[in-house]
Amino acid sequence: MSGEPMSVEILLKMIPEEAIRVGVSAPDWRAAIQACGEAMVEAGIVDMPYIDQMIAAIEELGPYIVIAPGIALAHARPSPAVRRPGLAIIVLDSPVPFGHPENDPVRLIIGLAAPDPHSHVQVLAVMAEMLSEESCRFALFHAATPSDVRRALVTFSERGSCA
Amino acid sequence: MKILAVCGMGLGSGLLLRMQVEKALQRIGKQADVEVADIGVARAMAQTADLIVTTRELAERLGDVKPRVITISNFVDLEEMIRKLKEALQDL
Repeated sequence: MSGEPMSVEILLKMIPEEAIRVGVSAPDWRAAIQACGEAMVEAGIVDMPYIDQMIAAIEELGPYIVIAPGIALAHARPSPAVRRPGLAIIVLDSPVPFGHPENDPVRLIIGLAAPDPHSHVQVLAVMAEMLSEESCRFALFHAATPSDVRRALVTFSERGSCA
Repeated sequence: MKILAVCGMGLGSGLLLRMQVEKALQRIGKQADVEVADIGVARAMAQTADLIVTTRELAERLGDVKPRVITISNFVDLEEMIRKLKEALQDL
């Protein structure tokens, strides 16, 4: 479905260093999404308006974006504010509630930018596979530096787990 | 058989749902077409679907539709998907 396996080079290009932040402190979900958006802006994935678009999407559609215990997948619709497909990975220093009945509070935010309905599918598939692995969830939740996150991405690409 | 994965925008969580449904189908040895729909078009697309997979809050927003609706709370837990899909497919 997602075609050829994604090379680790392309994976790391779609999740650039600037788009990874750990130990982020945010008092509430809005601030957490704001931090995620800022990382995406800094990484050149999106322009500033995308941040408000992500927040507006949660206000409009609700906290269903909390896709698993402790994990939120934040994004908005394709718009001129999206420069290229990419992901941000944000690890909060203390988890914040998003209002999800089962999966709150959120510690890990995956920020997604999609310029169209297709170009992000592969990277999202890799991320989903990775988050299905308990060893990878542990590695991401407890990453102390952005390098730890990058290392987890590389390890998962090579071995299919982060153990 | 057609399964509709419904999410807010048809880009993020809906894609994850579709991937999980496809993996689960493979594991239980069944075949189906799996399509993604955003909540805006889901009611119309539900007319031709046999089963809908979504989250609890989006199911509430969807309201009454013809096909059976199953709700998933953990999108990365394949066992949850397999269990709920199996149960729903038994009755179809």
